[in-house]
Amino acid sequence: MAENYDLLVLGGGPAGLAAGIYGARAKLKTAIIEKGRPGGQAATTGELINYPGFGPGTTGPELTQAMAEHAKAFGVEFIKDTVIGLKLDGNIKIISGKKGEYYAKAVIIALGAEPRLLNVPGEGKLRGKGVSYCATCDADLFEELDVAVVGSGDAAVEEAEYLTRFANSVTMIVIHDEGHVDANPVSAERAFKSEKIKWVWNSTVKTINGDEIVDSITVKNIKTGEESDLAVDGVFIYVGTVPKTDLVRGILELNPQGYILTDDKMRTNIEGVYAAGDVRDKYLRQVVTAVADGSIAAVAAQKYIQERELWEKEVINSPKPVVVVYYNPIDMQGTEKTGMVDQFVKKYPEKFNLVKVDATRNELVKARYNISEEDLPFIHVFIGGEIAATINEISEDCLREILK
Amino acid sequence: MLEVTKENFAQEVLESDQVVMVDWWGPKCEHCLELMPDIEKLAEKYKDKMKFCSVNVSGNRRLAISYKVLGLPAILFFRNGEKIDELSGQDITIEDIESKIQQYLEK
Repeated sequence: MAENYDLLVLGGGPAGLAAGIYGARAKLKTAIIEKGRPGGQAATTGELINYPGFGPGTTGPELTQAMAEHAKAFGVEFIKDTVIGLKLDGNIKIISGKKGEYYAKAVIIALGAEPRLLNVPGEGKLRGKGVSYCATCDADLFEELDVAVVGSGDAAVEEAEYLTRFANSVTMIVIHDEGHVDANPVSAERAFKSEKIKWVWNSTVKTINGDEIVDSITVKNIKTGEESDLAVDGVFIYVGTVPKTDLVRGILELNPQGYILTDDKMRTNIEGVYAAGDVRDKYLRQVVTAVADGSIAAVAAQKYIQERELWEKEVINSPKPVVVVYYNPIDMQGTEKTGMVDQFVKKYPEKFNLVKVDATRNELVKARYNISEEDLPFIHVFIGGEIAATINEISEDCLREILK
Repeated sequence: MLEVTKENFAQEVLESDQVVMVDWWGPKCEHCLELMPDIEKLAEKYKDKMKFCSVNVSGNRRLAISYKVLGLPAILFFRNGEKIDELSGQDITIEDIESKIQQYLEK
């Protein structure tokens, strides 16, 4: 049996949780589908000290747990399932999970991103045997052992610093010239000061070696071509993330890296489908931008559902032909013309219904019929849900035309 | 499910007459915590045909390392004191665990 929802949010990280909170608050029947525990990547981040209002001492699991509690308290339903298929065209979106099917009027995709693999020999075989993508998860296993961290972004540098609390030594493998890292200066400065952190510059990892568990990595200097083995018990890989968009490839527009393209209202190329958080093509991927995306997407989805239902009722499913006037309320000349249409249609109540739409505010018609403000006011005549005529220059004569 | 430590691991796991599944977890391993309620259910479902134990690696790190547990979650199977199979890494699903359990159920 499929469940019907107003809003379905795919993914329970910060973006999804914020979307859930705003959706439920707007009185939408809202559910979040998450395969595991809510929290997303943020839940695997130990220290999380940049979220406004929650300074030093805040941890990823704590903050995301609080968000999940908040969403539950507001009435968001949590569905534990793995999404395996999507049918997004049409008014009712169909989400297939391993456990069942779910129907929704609008969908927010907040599936996030996952660590990028190095794609070197040994990486797959030794995963969980010294190869790790999550220092928070595995750090304490490496107490008194030697580890390497690959990468130099925020995650690499911050997690390396975290690892120093456990490991005997932490060696950073950095592709850039000496002294250059991608991480923010505060974190970089802290790492440079750490006595436990060693730096190997201009280098990449060529192979990860070991029979049953990691015992060394082969490091290649990209400037000299020189290769050397470094004895380590663990390798933590932080070389960026890749979006989880395999399910929507070919359905939604993606950028060349695979992130979902949206506008500033988080709308994708399909009506009623939104994307929020790390899965989206955006400038800054942080918890604070994820929750912002989620809230925008939920508000846009709520407005869309409302507008679409009204549009279906008044226009698409109307038994009589419908004269739709799109207008701009602050354009005085335009509103005069709108009044004229009003008078005209009133004379023939048995023939037409009249619907007036403020096309500066109705996002649904703006997007669906590609309306820009310069075109206003104008008329569409709908018969049987289809546009039968367009009147760009409104006059009595034109209106008489449509009587025929 | 029986929580075991370095003190009673030999007695409860290695010296057991049954096949033993050991779930290695840590308080900071989100995926472990995520799987745990479902693993408890499996333990209940198959309790007559297999023994189920868990080890919190924090505090039992050397024990973990000695069985080459270097990433969490890790699910190890023991028979007659020997490790006979394992699942490890962040990608483990509850379905993977159940199908492994079925492979070693006592007839």
